[in-house]
Amino acid sequence: MIISWLANPERFSKVFAPVRPWVAGLSLVLFVWGLYLCFVSPEDYQQGDTVRIMYIHVPAAWMALFTYLVMGVASFFGLIFRHALADAAAKAAAPIGAVFTALALITGSLWGKPMWGTWWEWDGRMTSVLVLFLFYIGYIALHASIEDEQRAARSTAILALIGLINLPIIKFSVDWWNTLHQGASVFRPGGPTVAPAMLWPLLMMALAYKALFVWLWLIRIDTEILSRKYNGLRARLGFREGGA
Amino acid sequence: MTPSSSLALLRRDLGLSLARGGGPVLAAGFFLTLMAMVPLSLGPEAQTLSKIAPGLTWLCLALASLLSLERLFERDYEDGVFDLLRTGPLALEWVAFLKCLAQWLGTGLILSLMTPVVMILLGAPVGVAGWALVAALIGSFSFALIGGAGASLTLGSRKGGVLIALLVLPFYVPPVIFGAGLMQAFVTGAPVSQALSLLCAYGLFALALGPIAMGAALRSALN
Repeated sequence: MIISWLANPERFSKVFAPVRPWVAGLSLVLFVWGLYLCFVSPEDYQQGDTVRIMYIHVPAAWMALFTYLVMGVASFFGLIFRHALADAAAKAAAPIGAVFTALALITGSLWGKPMWGTWWEWDGRMTSVLVLFLFYIGYIALHASIEDEQRAARSTAILALIGLINLPIIKFSVDWWNTLHQGASVFRPGGPTVAPAMLWPLLMMALAYKALFVWLWLIRIDTEILSRKYNGLRARLGFREGGA
Repeated sequence: MTPSSSLALLRRDLGLSLARGGGPVLAAGFFLTLMAMVPLSLGPEAQTLSKIAPGLTWLCLALASLLSLERLFERDYEDGVFDLLRTGPLALEWVAFLKCLAQWLGTGLILSLMTPVVMILLGAPVGVAGWALVAALIGSFSFALIGGAGASLTLGSRKGGVLIALLVLPFYVPPVIFGAGLMQAFVTGAPVSQALSLLCAYGLFALALGPIAMGAALRSALN
């Protein structure tokens, strides 16, 4: 219901424009509070101070998966129901997801050096996240290479849906290949195994990342709406699309 | 879905992929050249080569399967054959599948037949040949279907070839892992059934989803 109601771009902009500053503020507060908690949380008995990388790394990795899921769902609505804004939503999410994935890979690498003694290890988790990064890049490249906006949206939606297969592979890679990267310790049957003193800053940071994503996403969707309107106006006034 | 029109299309596409000369000869030549570069770049020590032979052969098989993807739909798309096919009796999904099948018969089959030979040339044990052939047949067929999906998505885009490689290679990862894993399992004497069933599962996944994705992408490209 609400999803089809929001298909009207004008309505979408009108509803979410006043929401955006609140989401931005929420994200800022959560980041300040979360980062504060990160620094006052206890050191790990094995890892010492380096455990604090976890609060940056783990939420980024969660967001990398979550953003792809968002893209997949939006692509589904765009492709099946011809939802006008779903295409814009999927396109808008892709670069954000790519950055989260890159952040997860980089912080993981920085964490791996002191802990495992190596910047990179070709284990299941890392390799599959790297493949996820390549999916994002492929998605963005495909979208950029097709000029017709609707065709680009449809082709990339099909690609995004096929790419969903990678998500369960990433999630279960640590179980299927028993490798260096540790298994799930927060979202697991039987409750988290992370100590509460570390769980709180982690969850706070996760919420901060999520709010940041929503904020950036809303901005990018709005930009997409505006640029479509702009191109439409130019076309009506007789300019060639994309021309100077 | 009439058998005679399906056969006619298959024969036409197979004829095209063989007659152009480019198809099988080019792919096989590329495959061999890649393999010839391996000992040149890594050194000709038999011990090293035999250890990495299965994995490298699979990697080169995946790369060689990429070569002919760009021409899979592009030509028929540009000269309007697809517009005719669309009005014909065959569903676009089936048309796309037949084209992939023809493509595979033209190039993938030959690459698969070469795979055990190349693997043994690089120093894998001779007993590996049977499994290597079976795995390469399944693998190259799924490469053809998934590659076809990538090729159909880039129809009408400005930079076909490189883009197809970028889109398709991540999807080639699982069969490379399972195929090379199967060889590894055979060499070390472990049961091959796990890798084989995963490889088959991937092949079935490609068989089920590939034509649907290609049909949707072609339809979108033809509008």
